[in-house]
This record gives sequence, C-alpha cells and structure tokens, in this order.
Amino acid sequence: MKRDLLLFACFLLFIMSAPQFFAGGYLMNVLVFVGINTMLAIALNLLLGYAGQISLGHAGFFGMGAYLSGIMTTTYSLNPWIAMPVAAVVVGCLAGLIGLPILKLKGHYLAMATLGLGIILFIVFNETVDLTGGPSGLSGIPNIEFAGIVFDSDVKNYYLIWGVTLVVMLFSLNLASSRIGRALRAVHDSEVAAQVLGVNARILKVQIFALSAVISSLAGSLYAHTMTFISPASFGFNFSIELLTMVVIGGLGSIYGSFLGAALLTLLPEFLRGANDYDIIIYGALLMVMVMYMPGGLVRGFPDLFRKIFKKKAESGHA
Amino acid sequence: MLEVSGITQIFGGVTALDSVSFAVHKGDITGVIGPNGAGKTTLFNIITGIYRQTAGTVTLEGNDITGLPPEKLARRAMVRTFQNIELFGGMTVHENVMVGMHTKSRSGLLACSLKMPWSISEERRIREGALQWLAFTGISDLADHAAGGLPFGKGRLLEIARALAVEPRIILMDEPAAGLNSQETLALSLLIKRIRDLGITVVLVEHDMELVMDICDRIVVLNLGRKLAEGTPREIQENPEVISAYLGDDD
Amino acid sequence: MQFDQILQYTLSGLSTGAIYALIGIGFSIIYNATGIINFAQGEFVMLGGLLTLSCLELLQLPLWAAIPCSVAVATVVGVLFERLAIRPLRQPTPINLVIITIGGSILIRGLAMLVWGKDTHAIPPFSGDDPIAIGGATILPQHLWILAITLIIIVVNKIYFYHTISGKAMRACSYNRRAAGLVGIDVKRMVLFSFIISSAMGAIAGIIVAPLTMTAYDVGVMLGLKGFCAAIIGGMSSGISTVVGGLILGVLESLGAGLISSGYKDAIAFIILLLLLFIRPQGLFGKADSERV
Repeated sequence: MKRDLLLFACFLLFIMSAPQFFAGGYLMNVLVFVGINTMLAIALNLLLGYAGQISLGHAGFFGMGAYLSGIMTTTYSLNPWIAMPVAAVVVGCLAGLIGLPILKLKGHYLAMATLGLGIILFIVFNETVDLTGGPSGLSGIPNIEFAGIVFDSDVKNYYLIWGVTLVVMLFSLNLASSRIGRALRAVHDSEVAAQVLGVNARILKVQIFALSAVISSLAGSLYAHTMTFISPASFGFNFSIELLTMVVIGGLGSIYGSFLGAALLTLLPEFLRGANDYDIIIYGALLMVMVMYMPGGLVRGFPDLFRKIFKKKAESGHA
Repeated sequence: MLEVSGITQIFGGVTALDSVSFAVHKGDITGVIGPNGAGKTTLFNIITGIYRQTAGTVTLEGNDITGLPPEKLARRAMVRTFQNIELFGGMTVHENVMVGMHTKSRSGLLACSLKMPWSISEERRIREGALQWLAFTGISDLADHAAGGLPFGKGRLLEIARALAVEPRIILMDEPAAGLNSQETLALSLLIKRIRDLGITVVLVEHDMELVMDICDRIVVLNLGRKLAEGTPREIQENPEVISAYLGDDD
Repeated sequence: MQFDQILQYTLSGLSTGAIYALIGIGFSIIYNATGIINFAQGEFVMLGGLLTLSCLELLQLPLWAAIPCSVAVATVVGVLFERLAIRPLRQPTPINLVIITIGGSILIRGLAMLVWGKDTHAIPPFSGDDPIAIGGATILPQHLWILAITLIIIVVNKIYFYHTISGKAMRACSYNRRAAGLVGIDVKRMVLFSFIISSAMGAIAGIIVAPLTMTAYDVGVMLGLKGFCAAIIGGMSSGISTVVGGLILGVLESLGAGLISSGYKDAIAFIILLLLLFIRPQGLFGKADSERV
C-alpha cells in the first residue's frame, strides 16, 4: 500500500521534471505523444491484461473521441470542456451497447468482431465528408483553455496531457487493486469459478469495455485539441495493432508496463528516423518475439532475466 | 433446504438424467454417489446453473431457482467447488479467497477507481475476512503464495476456503477427495464436519465410499441417470439394489 | 437498364466472391485442424500476386511457369511460419495465438514492402481483356478464369478431404484432435499440412485476382478479412457453405457498391460480419454449437 504510493510519487516526480531537460526541443512534442499513447495503452490493458478480452478496434474509439470533440468544437463552436465529456459519454454508451453482444464471443471471434468494428468506424471517418472532412482531415480545432491559459505550446500541452494521464493511471492502479480488479483477473483465469463466487462476468466485461472506450475517447479528444488537426489515417487498423504491441511489450496486466510499452514504441521511430516506413516490420517482429520469449512483457521479463543470469552465475561460482 | 424434482437431462438423444428427485435437509451432509456415468456431475452442474436441464425444477429454501445463472445462486447463498479445482492461478492464495467475498462487498467501478473512504474500509474488511477463512481451512501460511503453484491438496483447501468466503448456507462439493492421499482425505472429512457445524448444509458427490459412509447423514444413489436409493449410510449399505449396481451383476 | 446493371454487378460480384471463398476455405482448414484463426492468411494472398509479378518481370518466366513457382514460394513461407512461429509457442492460449499470427502478418507485410515497395502493381490478364457479352452485361475473360480455377480447387479439395488417407486424417483432427492423436494420426504433421494447403490456396487466390484488381504489399489485410467473413457466413466449414458464403458476400458487396455507395463497399462485409457474430455465430447454415464460440 505504502510502497505503491511511493512508486507512484516517484513516477509523478519523474514525469513532472522531464520538461526541465527536454523543454524547447523536438523531443518535447514526442513526449506529449508518449502521454496520449500511455493513456490508450492503459485503456486497452484494462481490457486485455485484466479482463482477458482482446480488442483490435481501439483506434476506432480513439478516433471517435477525436472526431466528436473536433466536430463539436469547430462546426458547432462548443467549448472543449463541454465537447470532451460529451464525446466520452457517447463513446462509452456506444461501447456498452456493442459490448453486450460482442463480449459473449471468445478469443478469436472477439478479435475479429472488434477488428470489424474498428474498420467500420475508420470507413465512417473517411466517408462522412460533410462531418469529418473525409480523408483530407479536419482542421482548426481549438486548443484547450483553462484559467486564462491557452494550451498551445508543447510544454503546456505536456503538462496538460500528462496531468490527465497521471490521473488515468492513478484511477487504473486503484481499480486494479480493488475488488473489481480482482474480479476481472478472476474472470480471466476461470470464468466459471468467478461466476460461482457471485461475480457477474458478463456485466463486468461490458463495464470494463465501456470504461476502456471512455478512456480512449478522452485520449482522442485531447489529441484533437493539442494537434488542432486530425485525419482518418491516425485511427486505422495499424494503430490498433500498435496499441496492442505497446500493451504486450510492456506487460499484460501491468499499468506501469503500459507506460513502458507506450514510451518505447513512441520513441523508437524517432531514433530510427531513416527507417521511418519500416517500423511496422519491427512491430511485427517485436510482437512475435515477446509472445514467444517474454510473455509477461518487459515489466516482468527483465527481472526474470536478471534473476536467471544471476542464478547461473551463482551456480557456476559454486562449481 | 434444497429440493430437486423430476430433473431430466437429454444430451443429443442420450438420457443422462431421468426424472431424478430428492431433498436435502438443512444442516445435513448429503452424499450423492453412484458408479461412473451415473450422472452425478451432470446433476451438480444443473443444480448450480452451469447446464440448463431438459425438464424438472430445483428449489432452494422454498424458492424456485431453476435455471438461475451461477452468479445469482451465489447471492442466494449457494456455492460449489469443482472436481478439477478451478483456482485463479495468476493470483495469490489470499486474493483467491478475497474474490470469494465479492458478493459481500458493494463498491462499484467508480468508487474503486476513486478510492472512496468507504471502499477503503470495505477493502480492509475483505482482506481480514479472507484471512479468517484461510485460518479455518489451515492454509494461513500460504497466504502470499501464487495459487497456480499450489500442490493439489492445498489447492483443494483453498477452493473450499474461497467458497466459504461467500458465506453460503449450502455448499456443493464435486468429488472433494479426488486426488487426495489418505491423510489429506482424513483431514478433509474433519473439515467438512466443521463446515456443517457452522450451520452450512453440505452436499457432495464422492467416489470415496469410506469418506461418504463416515461423514454423510443421508446418501442418494444414482445409477444410469436414475435415482436408485436414498437413505442413511446404514440403509444404503444394506440395500440389495445398490450392492448389485456397484458389483455390476446385472450385466 | 436497371436489370442489366444488376446483372453486371452480380456477375462481377460472383468472381470476387469466388476469391473470398478460396481465402475463407484457407481460414477454415487451419481453424479446423488447429483451432487457430490465422490472421496472416491474407498475406499469402498478397504474396501470391507479388511473387507472380516478380517471376514474370524479373525472371522472365512464362505465365504457366510463374504461377506454380510463386505458389511454391508462398507455401514455403507458410511452412516457415508454422515452424518458426506457431509450433514453438509455449503458451498457446487463444490470445497469444491471435497476437502471434498478427505479428507474423505484419512482419510478412513489412518484408513485402521492403521487397516490392509501396507501389501498386499490375499483372497481365491470363488471356487478354476483350469483354464477353452475357445478356446485357459484359465480363472479362479473367472473371471466367477465376470462376473456373475456384471450381477446380474446390473439387480437388473435396477429393482430398474425402478420398485420401491424409485428407481423412485431417478431418479426424478437426472433429477431435486428441482422439485423432490416440488412433495414431500425427497431429503435428496435419497442422503443418493445413498450413501448406491454406497458404497455397491463398496464393492461388492472390494470383488469379491480381489481373483484375492490381496488387500491392497491403492488399492482404482487406482480402484476408473478407475471406474470414466468408468463412464465418459458412460456419467455418471447409466445404461448400464457405463457398456459398463467399459468393453471397461478393455479390452483396458488388450490389451495395454499385447501387448504394462505393465508399461504403468495404463496410458492407464488416457489417455482415458483426451481425452474424451477434446473431448467428455458428454461420448461416450451421446448427447451434456451443463449443465453437
């Protein structure tokens, strides 16, 4: 309990001090994306890592949040502070409605159904040109304003995005260690045993699916308001896969793991500048290697690896 | 307490249970026995809402519970254990039992993620309550172990502790002694008696005759999907039909 | 006018439907033998088309030689995939299998992008492109090729599954893998066979469709998903119901694109997919089977 708080405090300090070192540089902008992607990875992880339900359509929810917020603030000139919660509620309700039949499916079928949903949303973003601007995108989305400050620079956005991300993280950490988090993990391990103990697995799965969609939508709204321009290309199938990769690499069922995965996958392309189109190959290879050799993700894989190496050394020392 | 009447189950033309009826009295340990394929586990799965029967009704404390899903039955204080123990392998022993207290706590998604004061105190109550059940079944020392790595006998005890955490008025155990050695079986029979002494009605499906005859107040015998006999252990032991079914001389 | 239009859309829908059917059968064969939905299935379709392109242009092979060559190479990729990714998996849970086949699919697609670039490529039709008039509609010779080759493959498939020892063994695996293992069937070999057959079928589908639709490194995603949709309509059967599923999908899509809006063409398949998964996950023709879902 105390240790958890201490860990979170350290993390908070780490995040809040980062601009001291990177302010002004291009990296600042990338770190804003790390924040948004962390939020998304946590959302997907709640569903995949805790409840054991896969989704290949989360980019769709992310996109819905971004477009709803964008359309409401441009076409209908609403304040972002109204648009964001409205978008989140709409996306949450939609996810709940779709989740009811969808979450009855298991494993492969669930993967395909969510994938189909993501692609339908992607097509809608592209085709409803009057609303979304179609493939050429939606521009002129206003920045967020709070207490007279307009969040229009990378450093300001950094604090905005990471402020929200840290709150989402704290929420998720709390949730994971609560009776709901336990019930989710129980459903993951043995659905029938969880039901026998009184856990309503179906409702719980729908709830977590909706919550996950709400967080994704919030991330989407924030993305729209910090970028001020959005286009369908950011919300396609490939991005759903990228999110999946983040969660798997960081570690299923670990909130800090989601941060690690998101940070790694967002920063990696920056260091591989020349290979800009080919990062997809690296994702593919990473996904396969992680599932095969480090199914617990980096968060658990590295300590295990150290332990193994250490053990081997100790053994050879004895011999 | 628990009454099943006219339970019939047909799987694709094969009659697994044929109009089985019996009653379980409050505070008793009732054993359901029978040769392999008699339909014992199927009957359990129907009572506990895992299968849907072809015909028949189940009543619990006078209320019709036919076809209710398992999670609703838990809220009506009926719980079961499984023949091949179903633990939450990725969680600790303590957490496993804490899941058992799910129906005894109320904090929702929002209260949990906001860590409201009442959900914190509730969490403390769950934590401590679960420890009591670990102590009751004698596995307190394993509280922080991963449930996935437990030896089978301990896993069985954990599953029982977890079921008790639901605070049931009736517990159904599917072959609790399967896979246990004789020492563990002996300890199990003592544990089951202690569970009854808490005022919990116990129903068990079991192969271990010695255990059944030792602890059960009443026994129901199934054979080939029908109820063959019902009575006290002594009556059952002397029943010629039961003897012939078990020795198989009607073949 | 209206009738001719519908006839036209239906005819072209049938030939794309045949492609979906071939891909869908590939999905079903692997699913039935292993319980895996191979998310990389579409990549073999892409490989078929692009490999043929290379055989024709780089190696200057004639078409009749280029086709078997590229099918063979695609099949080797399928075997490698099974050997290197599926078989060594230590915890083959459904989620891990989904993730690993997705990883494989991305990797193959990415490598294809390295080899062939991001451009769209055209392959010449097998026998010219003089339209043939049928009623008030016209079709291309390539449409006939597609239908004919699909028919041949389905017949060969049927013969294999019902009249050869290894085909029968594979069907046994699909009913009950453990029991099949107990009677002496080498289940692992059957898994490998299923990957061989379905990657070859995928490649052939990719080759015969390429002259009509062009091909590129990323065509596998959509084609694969639509093939899966056909398989779902057919209840994951590796026989005629999936063929019918593919044809239904192809025709509906073509009619929808022609009569409603071409932008939503791809959405049609996925709306059908979602509706079916919600209402009849066992497929249009299947009986309820609680095990499968």
